[in-house]
Amino acid sequence: MAEQARISAQNLDLYYGAFRALRSISLDIAEHRVTALIGPSGCGKSSFLRTLNRMNDLVQGARVQGKILLDGKDIYAPDVDVVLLRKRIGMVFQRPNPFPMSIYDNVAYGPRIHGESNKRVLDELVESSLKGAALWDEVKDRLSKSALGLSGGQQQRLCIARSLAVKPEVLLMDEPASALDPISTSKIEDLIRDLRETYTIVIVTHNMQQAARISDFTAFFLSGELVEYGSTGAMFTNPKDQRTEDYITGRFG
Amino acid sequence: MSRARVFDRLATLLLWAAGLGTLVILAAFLIRILGQGLPYITWDFLTTRSQAMKAGGGVGSQLFNTFYLTGLSLLFSLPIGVGAGVYMAEYAKPGRFTDLVRLSVEALASVPSIVLGLFGMILFVNTMGWGFTIIGGALTLSLLNLPTLVRVTEETMRSVPAIYREGSLALGATRWQTVSKAVLPSALPGILTGVTLVAGRAIGETAILIYTAGVTASRHMGDLNLFNAGETLAVRIWYVKSEGLVPDADAIAAGTSALLLIVVLVFNLALALPLYLWQKKRMGR
Repeated sequence: MAEQARISAQNLDLYYGAFRALRSISLDIAEHRVTALIGPSGCGKSSFLRTLNRMNDLVQGARVQGKILLDGKDIYAPDVDVVLLRKRIGMVFQRPNPFPMSIYDNVAYGPRIHGESNKRVLDELVESSLKGAALWDEVKDRLSKSALGLSGGQQQRLCIARSLAVKPEVLLMDEPASALDPISTSKIEDLIRDLRETYTIVIVTHNMQQAARISDFTAFFLSGELVEYGSTGAMFTNPKDQRTEDYITGRFG
Repeated sequence: MSRARVFDRLATLLLWAAGLGTLVILAAFLIRILGQGLPYITWDFLTTRSQAMKAGGGVGSQLFNTFYLTGLSLLFSLPIGVGAGVYMAEYAKPGRFTDLVRLSVEALASVPSIVLGLFGMILFVNTMGWGFTIIGGALTLSLLNLPTLVRVTEETMRSVPAIYREGSLALGATRWQTVSKAVLPSALPGILTGVTLVAGRAIGETAILIYTAGVTASRHMGDLNLFNAGETLAVRIWYVKSEGLVPDADAIAAGTSALLLIVVLVFNLALALPLYLWQKKRMGR
């Protein structure tokens, strides 16, 4: 790929116990682009996403072979600080998961755990992060109210704001709109397009139209293998692999 | 009406009756205990020292000792109990050590309190040579509290949705930050319910305290000396009704019983109210 690779997976295998969930994945993720991971349920796309910030470390029996390079450095090397890695690579989950606290405290959670206690700095971070997540205008008058009072779509944008507040370089999104209604979904999609300017984004999605709308590159996973990877335009108009064509034309999946 | 419908109605009726039954039993119990005891609860009764031979003694020291002993026992057992519960829920990996801890908790939970009392007597009263003391009673009471605290903490921590943990860890939080800032606060209401349960039992406990804290109390209400004997309200009830020589034993027992119920209520409110206010603040309005 001609683009500058920010993250590079090299011959990556993932095992859950004896089950091989990912088979020798090699994939370069371009800087300041949106890369979509698509494929049927259980194909390994979410598992792959979760290897990128080492969330799979939390799963009992999960084991990784191969390399994932972030700026040329293997994130599975023994001297890597996982906490620091996750600060650099943020993640937004499928189900909105704001903490049961105020909107302000949710966004300030990350900066606070990383040692920021200056009220003015926090105020500014909260405002800029909420603006970055296109939520500021809707919540600026009720920052001290519970985050659980927000709608599902607002909660998800709050979770995005919460991630932005720790100033990550890469944003991983695991089907961020799958639990949302169409209007909220289109807001999230608009947001992703804006965020691309500043962040490198990897998004897992079930929705192929969504992948076509928002991504620059698309990777198609099937049964733990990377079947095809390329620019989204080319993949959706002229897939090279028969299985890719079958999937994106809705013949299975 | 179909069979399924009939059974559906019947089930609803029976469950409703069970609920009502519980309510009636509790109401009858409360009315009787409070009705009999409240007339004896006067300011003098609450504040004066008890008498060994004459009528008219109060339960001032016993009232204080009940709070003092329960509070001390929580002070000793809360850090260990909650700590072990958090460990079991968040850190323990399946294996020998975890199994052993769990077995210990279950074993401790199944020890009858009279056995704990005798153990406390051997250890604190005899071996350590302290005699009947408040500190000995509180330490032995802690053993009664401990298994419940461990179990309640573990279960509530486990019931906190995993998505909070993931959300926190994904922001670069360490495990301890995640546990202390995201999980524990969400589990706190449940843990506090466990604490009220434990406190209620400790407040009413007799078997343990008869053998460890004794059946006498300081002449001065509010005596903080840990090495004094410390009769509590529950022990006082047992004592006047079984061994006491006071002529007004029935009155004292009735009054103390009613007082004991009120103490449990006050203790629970004292725990629940701050929690409610804190939660309101934490959740945002």
